[in-house]
Amino acid sequence: MHELSIAISIIEGASQEALSRGGAQVHAVHLKLGALSGVVKDALLFSYEVATNGTMLEGSRLVIEDVPVVIYCSECQAERRLKSIQQFCCPVCGALSSDVVRGRELELVAIEIEEVEEIV
Amino acid sequence: MSSQPRLVEVRQNVLKQNDLLARSLRQRFEAAGVFVVSLVSSPGSGKTTLLEKTLTRLIDNGNRVAALVGDLATENDAARLARSQAPVKQIVTGTVCHLDADMVQRSLEGWELKDLDCLFIENVGNLVCPSSYDLGENLRVVLMSVTEGEDKPLKYPTIFNTADVAVITKMDLAEAVEFDLAGAYENIQSVRPGMEVLQLSAKTGDGLNEYLGFLVSRMESRSLVGKVSVG
Repeated sequence: MHELSIAISIIEGASQEALSRGGAQVHAVHLKLGALSGVVKDALLFSYEVATNGTMLEGSRLVIEDVPVVIYCSECQAERRLKSIQQFCCPVCGALSSDVVRGRELELVAIEIEEVEEIV
Repeated sequence: MSSQPRLVEVRQNVLKQNDLLARSLRQRFEAAGVFVVSLVSSPGSGKTTLLEKTLTRLIDNGNRVAALVGDLATENDAARLARSQAPVKQIVTGTVCHLDADMVQRSLEGWELKDLDCLFIENVGNLVCPSSYDLGENLRVVLMSVTEGEDKPLKYPTIFNTADVAVITKMDLAEAVEFDLAGAYENIQSVRPGMEVLQLSAKTGDGLNEYLGFLVSRMESRSLVGKVSVG
């Protein structure tokens, strides 16, 4: 269970970004999560809620976009989405491939922030 | 008064800090001419036993080797490995279930990397969490023992997919536990096509020469010819 340390890294990254943009409140954090990232979505969502307590991200949503594994099939000369991460073969022609194009993502994509405007 | 929330693009790897640190470690290792091998497996697959034999054999053949070994709570593994006469440091992670690049970097303090030919990093016994963390290693070895069953790769595809070589351990017990060797090969190839698979028994020594030969060939392919030898 390393999702808690991953959640803390997300919170640090998002907080830094929000502060550098002059944001006061973060409404949501958008994340891309690959099927081969080694991170369990539910555990991450749970950890995020716990770890944001008492931080500037408290109450914010973690929005996760699942990224399926896409391999490059040299037989078809095309990118193909795996049917299962237990079977690294082209779903069309059946050729084996270890050439992962997408699916390892653990990426902080964007944050939704609300800026505080100075009242003059 | 406040404005509507707006979406700000960030686009950065969550483990950026670890990845940057791992990259700088890899450069340090490269500059010092150290080949770095990490070992991952579930608890009890035989990482420490294999490492003890590996260190002893490499030292006997005149190589300068050292090991970092991760464990949640004890220093038992370091004590076992120290019998090989290699410099060994234990990284007690507390409750953390994996090693990260920062732990590796801190553990290297006080060691002259240029005095080493090969450094082994034994991760915490865990087939899930270590897969996300680059440690700056050149080669990631995943171990599975025959007692765990041949479907381990299908249960933990991510770690097998990030590894460079799979080693099936405790082969001396294969018959007793009716281990399906062909099935194991098939499952490994299914989650990581083309990955080299070795089999051995650290206890009897069967397959150990092939394993050491494989390590040496990988070291040499990094143009470190002559630095490391196996008898």
